[in-house]
Amino acid sequence: MSAANVTANVTANVAVNVTGPRGTAGPAVDRHRVTQGRVLRSEWIKLWSLRSTVYTLVAAVVTTIGAGILLCAFLAGQAALPGSPHEALFDPAGASLRGVSLAQLAVGVLGVLLVTAEYSTGMIRATLSAVPRRLPVLWAKAGVFGVVAAVLMIAASAAAFLFGQAVLGERGTTLAADGVARAVAGAGLYLTVVGLLGVGLGFILRNTAGAVATLFGLLLVLPTLGEVLPAGWARHVVPYLPSNAGQVIMSVHPAPGDLAPWTGFAVFCGYAAATIAVAAVLLKRRDA
Amino acid sequence: MIEAHGLTKRYGGKVAVDNLSFTVRPGVVTGFLGPNGAGKSTTMRMILGLDAPSAGQATVNGRRYTLHAAPLHEVGALLEARAVHHGRSGYDHLRALAATTGISRRRVDEVIDLVGLGEVAHKRVGGFSLGMGQRLGIASALLGDPATLILDEPVNGLDPEGILWIRTLLRRLAAEGRTVFVSSHLMSEMALTAEQLIIVGRGRLIADVPVADVVRGSSRPATRVRSPQADRLRDLLAGPDVTVTGDGTGVLDVHGLGGEAVGRIAARHGVTLYELTPVHVSLRRRRSWS
Repeated sequence: MSAANVTANVTANVAVNVTGPRGTAGPAVDRHRVTQGRVLRSEWIKLWSLRSTVYTLVAAVVTTIGAGILLCAFLAGQAALPGSPHEALFDPAGASLRGVSLAQLAVGVLGVLLVTAEYSTGMIRATLSAVPRRLPVLWAKAGVFGVVAAVLMIAASAAAFLFGQAVLGERGTTLAADGVARAVAGAGLYLTVVGLLGVGLGFILRNTAGAVATLFGLLLVLPTLGEVLPAGWARHVVPYLPSNAGQVIMSVHPAPGDLAPWTGFAVFCGYAAATIAVAAVLLKRRDA
Repeated sequence: MIEAHGLTKRYGGKVAVDNLSFTVRPGVVTGFLGPNGAGKSTTMRMILGLDAPSAGQATVNGRRYTLHAAPLHEVGALLEARAVHHGRSGYDHLRALAATTGISRRRVDEVIDLVGLGEVAHKRVGGFSLGMGQRLGIASALLGDPATLILDEPVNGLDPEGILWIRTLLRRLAAEGRTVFVSSHLMSEMALTAEQLIIVGRGRLIADVPVADVVRGSSRPATRVRSPQADRLRDLLAGPDVTVTGDGTGVLDVHGLGGEAVGRIAARHGVTLYELTPVHVSLRRRRSWS
């Protein structure tokens, strides 16, 4: 490396009051290097400066809570049958969290859109010329969205649970009951990872329709296909399918044959991590 | 300073950019001229590290763009007018880009004023005209006060006022000592804006010359002359490299002789002239690359 390069490197790495040629510049512009923290800040600004993002997040929260309350109200209207085997299987926590299966559509689509909207508008070229090392953009998108989705969706699940139990009255349960707190938090965590899967697929496919179709193919269609497998195989395959594995964490009493709650969730996270790893390799290697 | 060394880009069997080497120097506006599809945008994307070259490399201020720790401070780029999410306001777009390298909100406000978008900056970009979109693109290029600017077809879609604005801005940026690299498919535009021209066709370098040379070389001298003795003058001017056309009303268009030569010949033979006008052949009509 030449002496000139070394100097350039040093000045770029240290925040100094150097400006380029004067004039159009106006006052001095501070020169800072690109860091992961700054890219996170950039993605944070991007997330909240789009109305569509905010609306989608609101829709996910409202759906989670609203659908839970509605289902609980419906069940509360039905007469309880004390002592019947049916009543023993009744899962009040699960009923109040049922909105998750709708909310995953909103969260998943949003995860995809955070990425594919940049490709469809050409914004990605501005983004990647600002951050030419590229990977910080992927980490920042996943990080910002992951944290926002986790906070909002765990809160939404908790609200859905509390309202739902209030509606169920004496058929309801409490957070203190065995496995309930895990199921409630797990509902928010499941939604978060669905969103991250969307972010990864967005970077891989770079196309909204393709990524959304793939995401819901994996989450909704695959389990249906799994049911037509011969029983001998199904036992070894079905529990490991992405949404089957991921949703065990939301059930207070997992069905026999399901994975253990945290094991299932770890498998689901594994799918998301693998997707994001593929996304990282492709983002680094492909032309923007 | 931008340097390209043997820059090549192949897509399958098709060569979009073929072994391009050139240097873009600071202090002057350098035009990057060629028809659509000549490889100009691909070359610019390779300089910015968006596309990987199949061979060769490009450096900006001595190192590859992707290796700069604060790229927005090195190079400002306008790649496409609408490399912007339509749902975001111009202000938020600039703020998100600025945040990647810690540029202050004050600087964002400055560049918005500089490009004259103050009134619409908080509106959604989707409602912007093409001209406003170009101005927003230029604002994002200037954010980091970079010493090098790369602008792909900045005058596309602009009204005459906007074109004049860009022309003046580019010259001022170059006069401040910056490297200014501007692509266009319009020779006429480049003749007015640039001082140096890098001309490409089908991905290859055709010429790397001062604009003045191209303008001079692109047309033989031509003169319009009006005389009551037009027929006699026509005979006197005739020569191997000279063509004279007349419309029968006493006006002659002389190609191959300048005004001085025509005037001297007329004086020597006592021919009266009412008018003697040098004519510039429009550069737009000469597309040497096509």
